[in-house]
Amino acid sequence: MNDNKLAIEATDLTVAYQEKPVLWDVDLEAPEGVLMAVVGPNGAGKSTLMKTILGLVPAAAGQVRVYGKPYEQQRHLVGYVPQRGSVDWDFPTDALDVVTMGLYRRLGWMRRPGKAERAAALDALDQVGMADFADRQISQLSGGQQQRVFLARALVQDARIYLMDEPFAGVDATTERAIIGLLRELRRQGKTVLVVHHDLQTVPEYFDWVTLLNVRRIASGPVAEAFTEDNLRRAYGGRIAFLRENGQPPGAADHEPQLELSSAGALNQ
Amino acid sequence: MLQAQIEIILIASVVAASCALVGSFLVLRRMALLSDAISHAILFGIVLMFFVVESTTSPLLVIAATLTGVLTVLLVEALTRTQLVKEDAAIGLVFPLLFSLGVILITRYAANVHLDVDAVLLGEIAFAPFSRFVVFGLDLGPQALWLALGVGALNLIFILLFWKELKLATFDAGLAAALGFSPALIHYALMTLVSVTAVSSFEAAGTVLVVALMIAPPAAAYLLTDRLPVMLGLSVGIGVLSAVTGFALARVLDASIAGSMATMTGVAFLLALLFAPQRGLVRKWTRGRSQRRQFAGEMLLVHLSQHEADPALAAEATIEHMARHMRWPEGFGQDVVKHLAREGFVSRVNGSLALTPLGREVAQSVMLR
Repeated sequence: MNDNKLAIEATDLTVAYQEKPVLWDVDLEAPEGVLMAVVGPNGAGKSTLMKTILGLVPAAAGQVRVYGKPYEQQRHLVGYVPQRGSVDWDFPTDALDVVTMGLYRRLGWMRRPGKAERAAALDALDQVGMADFADRQISQLSGGQQQRVFLARALVQDARIYLMDEPFAGVDATTERAIIGLLRELRRQGKTVLVVHHDLQTVPEYFDWVTLLNVRRIASGPVAEAFTEDNLRRAYGGRIAFLRENGQPPGAADHEPQLELSSAGALNQ
Repeated sequence: MLQAQIEIILIASVVAASCALVGSFLVLRRMALLSDAISHAILFGIVLMFFVVESTTSPLLVIAATLTGVLTVLLVEALTRTQLVKEDAAIGLVFPLLFSLGVILITRYAANVHLDVDAVLLGEIAFAPFSRFVVFGLDLGPQALWLALGVGALNLIFILLFWKELKLATFDAGLAAALGFSPALIHYALMTLVSVTAVSSFEAAGTVLVVALMIAPPAAAYLLTDRLPVMLGLSVGIGVLSAVTGFALARVLDASIAGSMATMTGVAFLLALLFAPQRGLVRKWTRGRSQRRQFAGEMLLVHLSQHEADPALAAEATIEHMARHMRWPEGFGQDVVKHLAREGFVSRVNGSLALTPLGREVAQSVMLR
């Protein structure tokens, strides 16, 4: 892991919908190999940040670099897991077919997936514990299983950077464990992962870097430095309550999470 | 059968197949209403170009109509983007305007030519065999058939070539964009095909019934399968079947051919809605009924097992008493007990219900669940 090498670098990023800024002058630096949580209240622009990095939403100002180059030249390095609710799960297809879609860029226009692609997709399904569900119609899968299909679809891209939009939202315990296992495996392989995350309690446990966002970037860096009570209060405003046990300061990275946070805005999503 | 009748059936079948192919993607993309908008609005383009070339058979009419179809989509999208109007309202605003402009132009300036409003609304496929495609004095069949075949082939080739791109952009436009497949390009290509298809179906089906051919067969097929290729195949099959049976119906009733065909697509959809093996209403209803009965049976077994210990209560275990206790509607209790008895879970002793050893086991396992 080379901390000087930036997997993703966004500078002065401003994004507006109908003249209303959603992201305002945001800088983001994700060094290679970090497992970064992107947190912030509703409407903080977390998903928009991901979409802007991927070129899905145009930036009004600023730029994004993926390993020093524009995203358009680096598509092959980035795997994307959109929010589960962004697609129609009644679409007539099975889990294996959805995972195979991750390989379409490599195939290019008009070429059809073959045996090799099928094998790669099956392998990715196996990695998320979904090998037995390859032929299952996607509407017959539980929410957590659908999420794992989405993860497998990103895995099969064999990217160096993964952007995941709320992978933990509304999933069962099995899936949550599967995702955590997967994140750790990706970190072990030196991949860079950005995850839009909602459960503040688990941030110090699951991630080593964190970005706090609320239209502007509040803080970004190693969890121990950036995930402080002060920064959280600035990101979430007064709507957050800190219930500390043992008098430990929040964000002490080498401890199990000591803080319990409760905030309608932060946790009920 | 007369040659003209065979030709009509052929034209109708090819048009139906063509409509079903593009219609499948419209249904999956939740853009069914756009087919309505496009099929109406193209009238404006046809009429305008008619004044330029003064012919009803010029290929320029097809091109002008297709462009109008795409223009309709662009206008709807532009109106929606203002965020002052929702998409469904935008559709309802754009196409009636273009369509009514077309109607005014026809009634004001073209009343004496082949373009008349009735034919626009319902098509006039019965006259289709009269316009022949003649090359060097050789009669190659009706023009409408060649147009339909050409457009059908175009649709088929496009879908086969860009199968995976269409699928990806339809299922997950965000990923399609992230992977570098322009979903916008695919969208407008599809909208162009829908427009061309609507134009080619114009004579056979008219503006209103094109919608039936584009939406009903795919909507029926969607209920019958979980696989996209099967859905497209079934759509085409249902479309062609509706065309053929619709023609027969029109003959029997001595009614409009296009109207009968559209009616048959509706019938096909209704049959799928009722009898689709997994999702049909009948299946849903029977499944719900058997689930209710199974749950009621389990409840009864548990209840009986709780009362077994007390001889006084056990004597009360009549069907009538149980049904009252569980607040079951009349007849339902009889039904439940009949099934439990058939499974060997309960027996009747002096008019009272008693658990069999097997029933006792089931009751225990239910409580552990």
